[in-house]
Amino acid sequence: MSDKQINLQIAATQVTAIQKKIQSVIDKLFDLLENKKIRYSIYAVSMAALFYLPQKTSMYVTEIMTNVWFHVVVCLGLNIIVGFAGLLSLGYAAFFAVGAYTSGIMILRYGISFWLTLPVSVLMAVIAGLAIGVPTLRLRSDYLAIVTLGFGEMVRLAARNMAITGRATGLVGIDRPAFFGITMNKIAHFYYAFLIMAVLATIISSRLQNSRLGRAWRYIREDEDAAEAMGINTVAVRLYAFIIGSVFGAIAGSFMAIKMTAISPDSFTFTQSVMILLAVVLGGMGKIPGVILGAFITVVFPEISRGIGQYRMLIFGVVLMVLMIYRPQGLWPEREL
Amino acid sequence: MILGIKDLTLRFGGLTAVNHVSFTIEQGSIKSLIGPNGAGKTSLFNCITGFYRAQEGEALFRGDSVMRLKPHRITEMGMARTFQNLRLFKNLTVMENVMSGMHCRTSAGLAGAVLRPPAQRAEEKRIRDVAEECMDFVGILDAKNRIAKNLSYGDQRRVELARALATKPQLLLLDEPGAGLNYDEKVQLIELIRRIRDEKGITVFLIEHDMGLVMEVSEKIFVLDYGTKIAEGTAREVQNNPKVIEAYLGKEEEAAV
Ligand SMILES: Nc1ncnc2c1ncn2[C@@H]1O[C@H](COP(=O)(O)OP(=O)(O)OP(=O)(O)O)[C@@H](O)[C@H]1O
Ligand SMILES: [Mg+2]
Repeated sequence: MSDKQINLQIAATQVTAIQKKIQSVIDKLFDLLENKKIRYSIYAVSMAALFYLPQKTSMYVTEIMTNVWFHVVVCLGLNIIVGFAGLLSLGYAAFFAVGAYTSGIMILRYGISFWLTLPVSVLMAVIAGLAIGVPTLRLRSDYLAIVTLGFGEMVRLAARNMAITGRATGLVGIDRPAFFGITMNKIAHFYYAFLIMAVLATIISSRLQNSRLGRAWRYIREDEDAAEAMGINTVAVRLYAFIIGSVFGAIAGSFMAIKMTAISPDSFTFTQSVMILLAVVLGGMGKIPGVILGAFITVVFPEISRGIGQYRMLIFGVVLMVLMIYRPQGLWPEREL
Repeated sequence: MILGIKDLTLRFGGLTAVNHVSFTIEQGSIKSLIGPNGAGKTSLFNCITGFYRAQEGEALFRGDSVMRLKPHRITEMGMARTFQNLRLFKNLTVMENVMSGMHCRTSAGLAGAVLRPPAQRAEEKRIRDVAEECMDFVGILDAKNRIAKNLSYGDQRRVELARALATKPQLLLLDEPGAGLNYDEKVQLIELIRRIRDEKGITVFLIEHDMGLVMEVSEKIFVLDYGTKIAEGTAREVQNNPKVIEAYLGKEEEAAV
């Protein structure tokens, strides 16, 4: 063996040794988090910090963090479909379009209070979830991805061509609601609204994950026939994933409508759907903290790298590709079993 | 009679995989289905468990027709199965795998998951208890927190059995449970199948290629060749049946050419 080869071998063993070390540190951290006291103190401290944040930072940071919470909600919603149930979906923007337009139309055209539009938004989300879920019941991943992509475009094109959705201009001048007498007109108000939604979405996701329904999703994700043989109604379980994922998106969309006060078909493009999917995959499909991390990175990275100029998305793309090749399971680490 | 099959016929285009097959299975018995490769054994299983739709015939499970039902409904009625090629949830723990069996015996839904009322917590505990009991029964309780795919092949077979048992079946259909097992594991399997019937009172219907195992464990044997039933009876009767000998020897001669 040449010197070069020997050196390479030494380098390789060093790399695996480092990997082992990292994994053991991660396992220790996980052990630490098993302790409920430690876990809840971490939650409490970070919640306090997050509630305090708008008071201490600029409006710009608050705006970006509001966007992060919005993305956390939609990413957790998509994660139920893609991560928990393993149903590849490329048209998720359609679901928050449904929410945004439902609230927007009711407020703008009929003068209904925003808070009353929320239940309708949920109802429309259920219908949308069924609309995509029922025709695709027999489809497996690749075909499903194509149909969901088509669904996303259909919703966008429908919004573009219907009078009630304001065609290409969309809806402009959606009134902002009041919450206990305070009109929601400051960015901080939306920061808190989206933060609360993100927290609720996290709690609901985590409880779903550790439930009978969450397990059923894992079973169909792993092997649909075996799940059916174990007595699981795979049709119902699949539809539940689409419906719940859709509701997450629609509620986020309703709030987006009042935050922006204007929505148009261009707010719900295929690129949007892809960015959300990307956040989920980047952080780690099916792993809640990973998905939150993914949402954070996909919102914050393009902002902090503004200095790089127009190449930043290219760099982002390359980083993502390298990451997916070496870490297909996503950024969030896992305990070794 | 726990299962009654009458004139069951399944065609794939021009190929008749199951051809007017009729038989019954008595409550509490252990019955085997044998036959050369491609005889239609797995296809017959798939018809009974709802995975394939037979074109003709009738299948009655405890008096009710299962012909038009989906597999999960049939499992719910009390018929569980295993697969010829292991179909575990590979990336999940053994515990989670076995818990899947209890799904059709429990009911918590969305509200239960999110609100976690006492009823849901009690149900979760019951699921775990039953899963542990089933893992203990087949002897893999020690491995409960391991990822299924990391287990030895023999242990994975046990997980599949535990998972089927967790559905609390009355009738258990095993598709070549001995395939890929070594001698010791087969001896243990024979004992396990007996215990499933004797201690749990579950009727067992199995497909098996290993004649030793079949003769040892089953009370009645039923032979399929080219989708047609060619013999039925006790181990001795079947062994001496000229049609069966021909089906097996004929195949071997062809294979030798
Ligand atoms: N889904 C299918 N589509 C078309 N043909 C099929 C299908 N499933 C099985 N067959 C055919 O039906 C016949 C019976 O197959 P089956 O798997 O039931 O045999 P088997 O008795 O279980 O054989 P083995 O001992 O090899 O498991 C074979 O000729 C097979 O090719
Ligand atoms: Mg077979």
